[in-house]
Amino acid sequence: MSFPQEIQVGVVIMSLNCKISGLNGRLLTSSKMRKANKPLRGFNNGWKWKRLVLFVLVLLVAVGFGLSWFSGVFRKKMEITGTSEDNSLELVKQFNVSKDLLHELASSSFEPDQITTSKCTKQLGNEMSTKHEISCSLNKPDHEQNVEMLGQCPIHDGKAPSVRSSSINGTLAREHNGIIKGCMWALFVLVVCSPISCLWINRKAKMKKKEHAQSVSRSAGRWMKKLLVLFVLTGVTLSIWLFWYLNEGIQLRRKETLASMCDERARMLQDQFNVSMNHVHALAILVSTFYHGKQPPAIDQKTFGEYTERTSFERPLTTGVSYALRVRHFEREKFEKEHGWTIKKMETEDQDQTLAQDCDPQNLDPSPIQDEYAPVILSQETVSHIVSIDMMSGKEDRGNILRARASGKGVLTSPFKLLKSNHLGVVLTFAVYSTHLPQDATPEQRIKATVGYLGASYDVPSLVEKLLHQLASKQTIVVNVYDTTNISAAIKMYGPDEIDTGLLRINSLDFGDPTRKHEMHCRFKQRPPPPWTAILASGGVLTITFLLGHIFYAAINRIAAVERDYRKMMALKHRAEAADVAKSQFLATVSHEIRTPMNGVLGMLQMLMDTNLDVKQLDFAQTAHASGKVLIKLINEVLDQAKIESGRLELEAVPFELHTILDDVLSSFSTKSQEKGIELAVYVSNHLPEVVVGDPARFKKIITNLVANSLKFTHDRGHIFVSVHLADEVTRENDMKDDILKKILNGSKSNLARDTLSGLPVVDRKKSWENFKKLRGEDSINESEKIKILVTVEDTGVGIPISAQSRIFMPFMQADSSPSRTYGGTGIGLSISKRLVGLMDGEIGFVSEPGTGSTFSFTVVFMRKETRSLDTVLQQNHQAILEFRGLRALVIDPKDIRVEVTRYHLQRMGISVEITSNFDSAQSYLSASNSSGFAAILVDQEVWDQENENGLAFLRGLKSSTKLFLLANSVSSKIQDEIKSANLVATFVEKPLRLSVLISCFQKTLPVGNNRVVATRKQSNLGNLLRGKRILVVDDNIVNRRVAEGALKKYGAIVTCVNSGKAAVEKLKPPHSFHACFMDLQMPEVDGFEATRQIRRIESVVNEQIKSGEVSTETYGKVGHWHTPILAMTADVIRARDEECIKCGMDGYVSKPFEEEQLYSAAACFFESG
Amino acid sequence: MAAVSQLQRQFIDYTTSLYNEGYLDDQFTQLQQLQDESNPDFVVEVVSLFFEDSEKLLNNLATALQQKSVDYNQVDSHVHQFKGSSSSIGAKQVTNVCIHFRNFCEAKNLDGCLRCLQQLRHEYILVRTKLEALFRLEQQILQAGGSVPVME
Repeated sequence: MSFPQEIQVGVVIMSLNCKISGLNGRLLTSSKMRKANKPLRGFNNGWKWKRLVLFVLVLLVAVGFGLSWFSGVFRKKMEITGTSEDNSLELVKQFNVSKDLLHELASSSFEPDQITTSKCTKQLGNEMSTKHEISCSLNKPDHEQNVEMLGQCPIHDGKAPSVRSSSINGTLAREHNGIIKGCMWALFVLVVCSPISCLWINRKAKMKKKEHAQSVSRSAGRWMKKLLVLFVLTGVTLSIWLFWYLNEGIQLRRKETLASMCDERARMLQDQFNVSMNHVHALAILVSTFYHGKQPPAIDQKTFGEYTERTSFERPLTTGVSYALRVRHFEREKFEKEHGWTIKKMETEDQDQTLAQDCDPQNLDPSPIQDEYAPVILSQETVSHIVSIDMMSGKEDRGNILRARASGKGVLTSPFKLLKSNHLGVVLTFAVYSTHLPQDATPEQRIKATVGYLGASYDVPSLVEKLLHQLASKQTIVVNVYDTTNISAAIKMYGPDEIDTGLLRINSLDFGDPTRKHEMHCRFKQRPPPPWTAILASGGVLTITFLLGHIFYAAINRIAAVERDYRKMMALKHRAEAADVAKSQFLATVSHEIRTPMNGVLGMLQMLMDTNLDVKQLDFAQTAHASGKVLIKLINEVLDQAKIESGRLELEAVPFELHTILDDVLSSFSTKSQEKGIELAVYVSNHLPEVVVGDPARFKKIITNLVANSLKFTHDRGHIFVSVHLADEVTRENDMKDDILKKILNGSKSNLARDTLSGLPVVDRKKSWENFKKLRGEDSINESEKIKILVTVEDTGVGIPISAQSRIFMPFMQADSSPSRTYGGTGIGLSISKRLVGLMDGEIGFVSEPGTGSTFSFTVVFMRKETRSLDTVLQQNHQAILEFRGLRALVIDPKDIRVEVTRYHLQRMGISVEITSNFDSAQSYLSASNSSGFAAILVDQEVWDQENENGLAFLRGLKSSTKLFLLANSVSSKIQDEIKSANLVATFVEKPLRLSVLISCFQKTLPVGNNRVVATRKQSNLGNLLRGKRILVVDDNIVNRRVAEGALKKYGAIVTCVNSGKAAVEKLKPPHSFHACFMDLQMPEVDGFEATRQIRRIESVVNEQIKSGEVSTETYGKVGHWHTPILAMTADVIRARDEECIKCGMDGYVSKPFEEEQLYSAAACFFESG
Repeated sequence: MAAVSQLQRQFIDYTTSLYNEGYLDDQFTQLQQLQDESNPDFVVEVVSLFFEDSEKLLNNLATALQQKSVDYNQVDSHVHQFKGSSSSIGAKQVTNVCIHFRNFCEAKNLDGCLRCLQQLRHEYILVRTKLEALFRLEQQILQAGGSVPVME
């Protein structure tokens, strides 16, 4: 009895193990998938943070997908639930089996037999161990499941089975989630990557934009479009792949579901069948033990019927069991006698209806004579009618019996129709042996030992029906069972007609009879629904792809449009700029055109004033003249501004003297400053070279503008102080060589009032240049030839309001631009100054404090000129300077800066200077040193005002060789009277101090050299300048020629005329006797420029020859260096760009028709020096 | 002497009217100032030179503008000459027309050029008659034994 039990337990364990490993396998797969996802997630994490917005987008997509997935997953869950329910049911079954066993044993123990009981106990122990094994193996997979399984204890107690399988569901759901996640991440990567690529495109486009290359950007656009198409194609491919992938997954899962369900059913059927078979086997052993093993037999029909009836629950599949005794022919009579009935033959025509219930054995014929009979002697109540029927007489049964006794195992008949139920059935037959045979007994031994046969009939359809009924989801699948012993003609044992619904699962069934083969076919009842999940997912991807594609397409179009607009804007900008230049040019031209008639107006007014006019008329005329002058000045400024703006103003590069320029500026403002009572002074650092190369007129213009500005805003007191230094001097703070700079800069630190020119407080001038960028960064390479000059104009005026300081350099902007403003002017001066400074490679800045004053500073860059061979106006003073060289002077002035200014001017004249602060110390100076040493004593008016008594006394004590000079802003009659009344002599020097004034004063007063009047050349007229000079006039226009000739002749020149450039070149071939040439610019054939160039070329050749000694100077009229001054004559001043004239070798130009002033200044340049 | 002074007054009036009406400008005054004992007929000489030159230029211009393909460079140089000489003697209106003429020339506007030539001729003849009248007046004064008054 233990033998089959063990087999059964083994089967149970195996099936469980199989299941668990299946579960494990699933778990493994899902965890693998999760692992596979990990790196993907990690990769995306970085992007996720960067693209938070996109994440939100993805989230939205995810939500959409979650919804669509939900239904799918839910449905899946249902299926899975079904499957797991089946599983649990099977478990329940297994437990029930054990329970049945116990029951059986219990029934067995009715029989009073100790051995059986002990066996049963042993069996029980086995049973317990089996259970233990079950729980152990269930413990393995998962804690949760363990809990579930613990909950199965009541099942063991025989209560209704109810097993939930949520944990299994969970696992499966997780697997699904894994797939979903995979899809999500794929989508996410796609979504993230595409904007990045888009950004990249944008950046590329931006770079392209920077390059301004139209064609490149266009190709970039094309490139972007290609990329876009690629992107869309990728998206479409991805969505197709996704569809395929998901669909495949669904198919696979469906298949798996079917397989598992089918397996389960098959196994269950098989198990049930086997269980029944075992019971039949057990019954056979029972019969062998109690029927044959006892004498007399312990079992009779009654006992057997009752026992089998009571244990029929163990064989739920059998309709009935019976036992047929083996009766050989020679035993028949004895047997029939013993039992009181004859052995009956089975009806041949009802061969297939064995065990039919209503078959009355009484009606049957006795069995014909045969070797052996197998009359049924014992039977279950349900089949008691077959008692006495010879089983060997039925064809199927006979075959069965023979096979059963030969093999010792249960054998099955092929299915045939059972009579009563009209169902297909099979009969299971076991042989009962008289002795306990070993496992390896031969068929002969077995046949010999056979004493009887135990048969059981199975109703297959009801069996299967019952079985399947217990399982869940019987609605979803269709099960067919076939007997396939004969493969070509399989016999259907159960199930409806097969309808093809796609998937088919075939499981072979083993009912313990190796000669018979059975199969189970499973199908889904319905065809698979469309794979909505896959469709939705791929549809989503497709939609997103197209959406993104559309967005990018729009973006690309937008970029292209913007680029197009940008190009358009650029073109418009260029046009606007061109228009601006044109405007400036127009302004320049118009200004010039206005200037011409204005000159007429002014000239006429001048002439009018020279006529006999009464006072009133003269006043009117003067006013008109002054207004005209203001107007022409304004026009000139506008012209300048316009010229600078239109880029037509180019700087000259001629040598000039800085000191002279500053003196000129002072001269032009001297009257005004004297009127206003403002002290005006200039100081030039002696570190500066005397001569630099640059544009003197523009330089002067800048300073003039600044000084005029200062003068305008300074009232009645204070000073305007112009100082010029090297930019380097200011930057080298530790090593300041210049005294005045030291005083100013240190003074501004200590803020002492006496450290300024007039004693009034000033602003810190350092601040005015602290924003200069290039003040310090002078490169050493250019230092040798370039020189950077810092000019500072300091005033004690009203200052500039803070609010207006930012727009002070804007043209036509004034600090106070209200109609009721105090100060006039156009506000163009500073703007021009700034532009000029810019042209001169410098910077301008200012510092201003309302109430204190302003300081303007600017730097300009000039070229150094090493040699001093300069023909400037200064040279007219040269004589005078020589006259005073070596003299000594004493300056009495307590103010440091003022005294430095005075010293600067005197030093320029070659006079050495001593300084003292008052008359007393001066007295001691005089007595200490050689008194005859001082040729002049210079006293500031301020000192005289303070101690005039001392002054008079001091003056009285002076020797006749020493003269006293009073430096005063204006000649004060009070002091004059004072001195006169004391019968003394003192000379007044009017401030602002400048070289010319000092020289003239000194010349008048000091008895040095000859007292001839020097420097009267300025008054000399054109007649003196041109008299006797031979001048060549070149003009193709006869009238012009005649006029020029007449004009020049009037000034005493000897004029020769030629009418073409060619003739002029001929005439001016060295040697010639012309002093100068006036040349028309516009001439046919050879114009003025070309002629000049040719002349210069010839001259340079000649000069070379003379220099190298090839020809003697005698050949060329004893002139060592040929350079005939050539002046251009032009009617059109604005068109005559003087630099063009200079470039081709001309020395200057005069306007046509001649204007006396201009002609003089032009001619003076080269005649005076000669 | 009364006749002389009358002539002189007539001369002054006439000259002033010439200035006022814009036929002459400052340059003519300068020209007159250049005339002195050493150079007694300077003004007449220069002006006659101008007349000769102008006749020639006007003819040249007329021919140049009648060509099938007008050489504007040539026309321009003629006009430039004309402008130079007219401005030298102070024939202001002629100069102004010349400036216009050159603008048309630059624009290669044949109609404008022809119109300007017409105008130029007109202005030239006008200034010529005016100046001839002036010189006649001057001659009359000199013949009458008076001196030509100097204009300021």
